[in-house]
Amino acid sequence: MRKSFDWSMVIAPVLGGLAMLILWTVVSQFISPDLPSPVKTWKESQLYVLRPFFKEGEMNQGMGRLAFYSLVRVAKGYSLAVLIGTPVGFLLGLSRVFARAFDPIIQVLRPISPLAWLPLGLILFRASEPAGIFTIAVCAMWPTVLNTAMGVRSVNVDYLNVGRVLKLSRTKMLTKIIVPATLPYMFTGYRLSLGLAWLVIVAAEMLTGSPGVGGFLWQEYNSLVYSHIILAILTIGFVGFLLDRLMGVVERRFKAA
Amino acid sequence: MSILELRHVSKGFPSPNGPRPVLRDISLTLEEGEFVCLLGFSGSGKTTLISMVAGLLGLDKGEILLDGKPIEGPGLDRGVVFQNYSLLPWMTVFENIHLAIDAVAPELTPADKKARAEQFIGLVNLGDAAWKRPRELSGGMRQRVAVARGLAMNPKILLLDEPFSALDALTRATLQWELARIWTETKKTVLMITNDLDEAIFLADRVYPLLRGSASRGASTLGPAIPIPIPRPRSQRLSLNPEYQRARKQILECLISGANGSVHATRPTEIQAALGDPCPAKP
Repeated sequence: MRKSFDWSMVIAPVLGGLAMLILWTVVSQFISPDLPSPVKTWKESQLYVLRPFFKEGEMNQGMGRLAFYSLVRVAKGYSLAVLIGTPVGFLLGLSRVFARAFDPIIQVLRPISPLAWLPLGLILFRASEPAGIFTIAVCAMWPTVLNTAMGVRSVNVDYLNVGRVLKLSRTKMLTKIIVPATLPYMFTGYRLSLGLAWLVIVAAEMLTGSPGVGGFLWQEYNSLVYSHIILAILTIGFVGFLLDRLMGVVERRFKAA
Repeated sequence: MSILELRHVSKGFPSPNGPRPVLRDISLTLEEGEFVCLLGFSGSGKTTLISMVAGLLGLDKGEILLDGKPIEGPGLDRGVVFQNYSLLPWMTVFENIHLAIDAVAPELTPADKKARAEQFIGLVNLGDAAWKRPRELSGGMRQRVAVARGLAMNPKILLLDEPFSALDALTRATLQWELARIWTETKKTVLMITNDLDEAIFLADRVYPLLRGSASRGASTLGPAIPIPIPRPRSQRLSLNPEYQRARKQILECLISGANGSVHATRPTEIQAALGDPCPAKP
């Protein structure tokens, strides 16, 4: 029997969205007059959405272009996080001495907010762009480090025994057994790290005033164009959602392999 | 000279209540080309014993000689088939076997390595599955791959740690049959651990019962070697063979008299059938 199409798959999300819009309208009409209504937001923002790649000034650009700037910055910081975080994770997982030496430091550094790292980056690099990338890298690194280390520590003893019985060299043990066994954990780390990197980008751009979604948001707040703040927020959420989905697909591929 | 010799091997593990002895004074020898089974209840230290022979575990006392030389850690002269297959899930059947060949004979040309891998895949009748990954295979097929990997190392001795215990009864019977055939073809020396009495009698030249020590404190000791003088090829329907019945009774008596209260692991009828005759003293 052919399974009929489940309309609630479509209707439920539409109803949920409508409910949010109504709530938003009510709040803007009756509770907080400064909050632009959905209609007003759309009227003032449509140019940025419908022509996503126009450019009329450093901050006056289409959402697509601004999101692209932010994504490039995230890509740089995130690549740095992954490139540093993965080997550090392996060292933590493989060497007990290394783990004893650096685990306490990592536990202390991990909860530090990007807002706290950014000024340090500005001091170190004396420029906003590298400071932002530094902040993204240093904040986004930890899930990669910790998941990789956990993956290495939880490699099945049976697989290690196979390597021992075959007297594999250290290099082969690593490339043939430990790395493939750790891959699923590594990709979980990579996905969490990307989510963090995207969280950090907004803070970094707001503080440094760099062109991007976060920079645009802060500028429009200062220019009192509140509808554009909502536009920026929705863009951030939408891009973050897409990134997570994308990494989820990559992660599943590697877990299935 | 025997190919493998265990001399007075003892082993214990640390526990919160001080060291817990697992094996005491285990001595046995294997001649070249012999198939020997160690039979014991679960928890009697079987896997510990074979792990020591494999070199994955150190011993507390005694020594293990391979070809007259004490073993030092794992070695390529011993092929191991683990209880839970231990195939690397990210590699195909071919790659799993190729890894072992590459480790044992790095001097071979790539073409020779490939040919040797294919030869052993053929030996266990897995030609069609060579490019599948372990998760696509049934338990029986996985264990065939593990056996092929052990044999492909061309070791002096093949160590099998309860290789079929995770399989259903029918698959198990098929694989026992195939192992008997492969053993006849390759004439490998095999030390196999099992908890299945019939499996041991069907496959082995000699069976050693591993006798569990008293309750929680005692270490297991090795019973006398019981020869299985049934000519090969053996039928899997051995139950009417008088030699089979004699061997089965003798092994059961040893296991039960040595088990000290662990008899619930065996079916009551077998215990009753076995009561009366004492276990013969160790030679």
